[in-house]
Parts: sequence; structure tokens; C-alpha cells
Amino acid sequence: MAARRERTGPLNVFSHGFLLLWAVLIVLPLLWVVLGSFKNDAEIDGSAWSWPSHWGFAAFGRAWSKGGIGGFFLNTVIVLAGSLTLTMLLGAMAAYVLARYEFPGNRVVYYFFVAGAMFPVYLALVPLFFMVRRLGTISPLLGLNSYLGLILVYVAYSLPFTVFFLHAFLRTLPTAVHEAAMLDGCSHTRAFFQVMLPMARPGLVSVGIFNLLGQWNQYILPVTLMQPTSGTDANRSMLAQGLVNLALQQGYAGDPAALFAGMTIAMLPVLVVYLSFQRQVQVGLTAGTLK
Amino acid sequence: MRHRRYPFIIGFLVVPVLLYAALVIWPYLQTFGYSLTDWNGQSQQMHFVGLDNYTKLAHDEVFLGALGHNLLLLAVLPVATVLLALFFAFMLNVGGRGGTARVQGVRGAGGYKVLFFLPQVLSVAILAVLWEAVYRPDGGGLFNGVLLKLGLESPGHPVEWLADPDLVLWCILGVLVWAGTGFYLVLFSAAMQSVPRDVYESALLDGAGRPQTFFRITLPLLWDTVQTAWVYLAIAAMDVFALVSTMTVGASYGGGPDHRSEIVATYLMRNFLFFGKAGYACAMGVVIFFFTLVLSVVALRVTRRERIEY
Repeated sequence: MAARRERTGPLNVFSHGFLLLWAVLIVLPLLWVVLGSFKNDAEIDGSAWSWPSHWGFAAFGRAWSKGGIGGFFLNTVIVLAGSLTLTMLLGAMAAYVLARYEFPGNRVVYYFFVAGAMFPVYLALVPLFFMVRRLGTISPLLGLNSYLGLILVYVAYSLPFTVFFLHAFLRTLPTAVHEAAMLDGCSHTRAFFQVMLPMARPGLVSVGIFNLLGQWNQYILPVTLMQPTSGTDANRSMLAQGLVNLALQQGYAGDPAALFAGMTIAMLPVLVVYLSFQRQVQVGLTAGTLK
Repeated sequence: MRHRRYPFIIGFLVVPVLLYAALVIWPYLQTFGYSLTDWNGQSQQMHFVGLDNYTKLAHDEVFLGALGHNLLLLAVLPVATVLLALFFAFMLNVGGRGGTARVQGVRGAGGYKVLFFLPQVLSVAILAVLWEAVYRPDGGGLFNGVLLKLGLESPGHPVEWLADPDLVLWCILGVLVWAGTGFYLVLFSAAMQSVPRDVYESALLDGAGRPQTFFRITLPLLWDTVQTAWVYLAIAAMDVFALVSTMTVGASYGGGPDHRSEIVATYLMRNFLFFGKAGYACAMGVVIFFFTLVLSVVALRVTRRERIEY
């Protein structure tokens, strides 16, 4: 027993000590930001350790309306809803055909898709800007600072990984159900939507989470493509971009409490999604990396 | 079953392929072409200048400095992140060994994982704004607040983290490590859990200590995963645009003070959207491309080991 105590005690203290330290390092800045949204300017500027004098939500209101966070939020929701749906639909369609149908050129198209995952987005940035600007001359709905333009760009850049991952996943699904459906007179298209997609759900969820976080995390693409081109142009900044602009404008000269509140608002939805689906998020993201 | 097969195949492929070709592949290819011109991005006029842009890059001190900073991040970020993540993953999965020859994780391992992974889901722009506030150059910043509280700095001279030429790059690096460690910890944890328990347990019975267990068993068996992590971290080190452009001082896309935190991507964006040197910016894009390519190949070669079956 003595030997046992000797071994368990220090080892666990050692482990827990470091783990707790890192946990504090992760949580402290986040809590500090949330706390900051309740402070007034003097409290924020004075000392990092001051405590909010009163608990009100005034700063949240200022961030939402005056800071424009509400509008940026809406922009982000619109773009992500469109891009995620299209990414999953087009990605699954392409991956399905490539994984389960033999036809001349199959491998070529597959490698064509996979190759794109290797290149850094900076390589495409300059021509992409002009490509989207040219699309805008066809229809303003597609050009710079348009929802649809950004949606299509997000989809295009999400396709390599989506096709790659779903290709591998769809290959593993059993063929029997599909064949039975075909014998019953099901068309290829119907078999895809009503038989294969429901069966592929776990894979779709993993890729979906990966794409959702990837597109939510996107910064360089909206910064390049979503700039108002004139003074009257609508501000269609994404949340991330809008928050950064708010920080640049307000910094510690303007309304720091509203900035902290803006950060809190921007963090909240992902935290809720993450904490509710943390297992799937961890699995989805790590599966995405391991390939 | 074969009826209407080709219309179906083509129908399903045409939209994704066209979209992908137009918005991804074609711009990639165009960059190589534009990098050989003096295009300013605004006019239709451009002249073929051969490798002029590349020769200019080779003599551009700001660019060379930026490349150096990318290299520094490349050298330090993977080492720091992998070491920390391995250390924590080992603690979580093997750290809580009991007195009997049983190997297990510490209590609450799941909770730690949830917490450590958290920064990964915050968008990088949120991280930037958050850390800008933490690094604030007066007593209102979290770091300076702590240092003042501990009496380690005088109130009159707080550390100007992001405006200090010698500190700025390390501040950025700190954010990257802070945000990335949790992700790689989860990655390594998953790999460690697939190592059979009895391998550890027999090592324990043979009297192996914790460091020995780690270096003789865990690390070799995890080598594949570490290698993957290495490549991904190297790519991440090339992609710190969001943090540098928002957190550091300097006109148009940061990089200051005095270019001390300049990276290739910020310099590329400034040349493209601020100076209107589209061709020059494209040449930088090509350099980033070759850099990443060489890097991936080297990383995969250097870290290649014989795979251990278990």
C-alpha cells in the first residue's frame, strides 16, 4: 500500500498541475473578454484586473447596432448557409460519380480535384480578384462584394477536400441496397438522393463540420473580395472581417466595451455549437487532417 | 441498369468541375503567367518582362526579411506545438497510472480535451482581436495587467508587446501555439488510444519509467501522426496572414514595426491592393507555392521511418 500511495500521488499531481495550468491559460483570456463587455471605459483602460461596476447589456446593444455586428452576423449567416449547402451538394455529387461509376477519364477528373488541395490560396489571390470582378460585369449579383460571388468562391475552394474525403467514404458503402433500388426501377439520380445520401450521413456530417468551421474561419478571401467598392455600396463584411474593422476603428480610443461585447457576440454561437457537438467536431476536424 | 448512365454522370459532374476549374485551377495557372508581366492590375496593359519580377524579389530587402520571418515561424511553430501537444496527450492518456500495472489517463481527461480544443473553433479574426486586447501596451492589457500586479514592471514603462520590434514575431507565435496545441493534442490522443494497452503494461512490468515509456514506446508508435502534424503545422506557419495583418502596426496589412513582423502574404497583399503591383504580387504567390511544395516534400522525406505494425 505504501508503495502504491508513493506512486499515485506525485504522478497525478504532476500531470494535473500542467494540465490545469494550460486550462487556465485557455479559459482566462476568454473569460476576461466576456467580463470586459460589462465594464465601462474607465474600468477597461485603468487596469486589466478591475471588476465591472454594474452588470448591464448596454455595450452589447451598441456593438450590435452601432458597431454593425448585427449586420455582419446576418451577412455571415447568409453566405455560410448558401456555401455550406452548395459545397455539400456539389461535393457529394462529384464524389459519388467518381467513387461508384466507371467511365473513361474518371481518374483524371479525380486527380484534378485532389490536386487543388495542395496549393496555398495566395497563389490564386490576384487572378481570383479580377475573375470575380469580371463576373460582376455579367451580373452585379456575382461580382465583388456580393453574397453569391463569395458563396461560389467558398464552394470552389472547399471542393478538393470534400470530394477527396467523400470519395473515400462513399467507396466503403455496400452496393446491395443501391442495386436493389436500381432493379426496382429507381433512376440513378433518385438512387443517389434517396438511397446513397442517407447511408452516407456519418461521412457527410464529418465533412460538413469541417467545411463549416473552415468557411467560418476564412479571412483572406472575404478581405480580398468583400470590400465596398464605393461609398454607397452596402457593407457586406463577414463577421470576422467586421470585427477586425471594428477593432481598428475603435481600438482603445473609441468604445472598448462595445468591442469586447462584439467579440463575445462573435464567440457565442461557435461556443454553443462546439459544446453541444464537441465529439463530432473533434472527430470531424481530426479526420479531416489525417486524410 | 446501364440506361441513361452517361447523361447522369455528366449531369452530376458538370457544375462542380466548371466551378472548380474557373475559380480555383484557372486562377492558379494565371498567377504563373501574370508573374512574368509588369501588370499593375488596373489597366489592360501589361508587358512580358520575363523573370524580372523574380530578380527584383531577390533584391527586395523587405521581401527577403518577410521570407526570413516565414522561415523562423516554420522552424519554431511545429517544434513548440508538437512538443506541447505530445506532452499533454501523454499526460492525458498515460499520466494517471495507478500503483498496479495499469496504464490509464488522468481523471477528467475528456474535460481537458474539450477545453484545450476550444480555441480551434474560434475564428482566426476573433483570436486576433482577442489577443490584441491581451497584448495591450498599457495596464489595461491582460499581460501588462498581470506583470504590474506582480510588480515585475513599473507602471510608467509597460511592455509594448506588439510594437516592440524584438517581441512582435514571438507574440504572434505565442497566439499560434496557444490556439493550435489543443487540436494536435486531440490528434495525438486518438493515435495513443489505438496503441494496445498491453504494450505499455508490459513495459511497466519491466520497470520502465515514464520518460522511457514515452521515448521508447509512445513516440515511435505515433511517428506517422507526428509526421502528418508536422506538415500541417508547416502549412499553418505559412498562413499567418490574418494574425499579422490585424495585430501588428504598419500601414495597410500590418507587418510592423519597421517590417519586423512582415511575412510574404502581408507584403503580397500590400503590393497587390495598395501599391497596385499585381504582377509583382503574383511572383510572390508563386514563391509561396514553391516554398510550400518543397516544404511538404522535405517534411515527408525527412520524417519517413519504417512503419511499425501493431
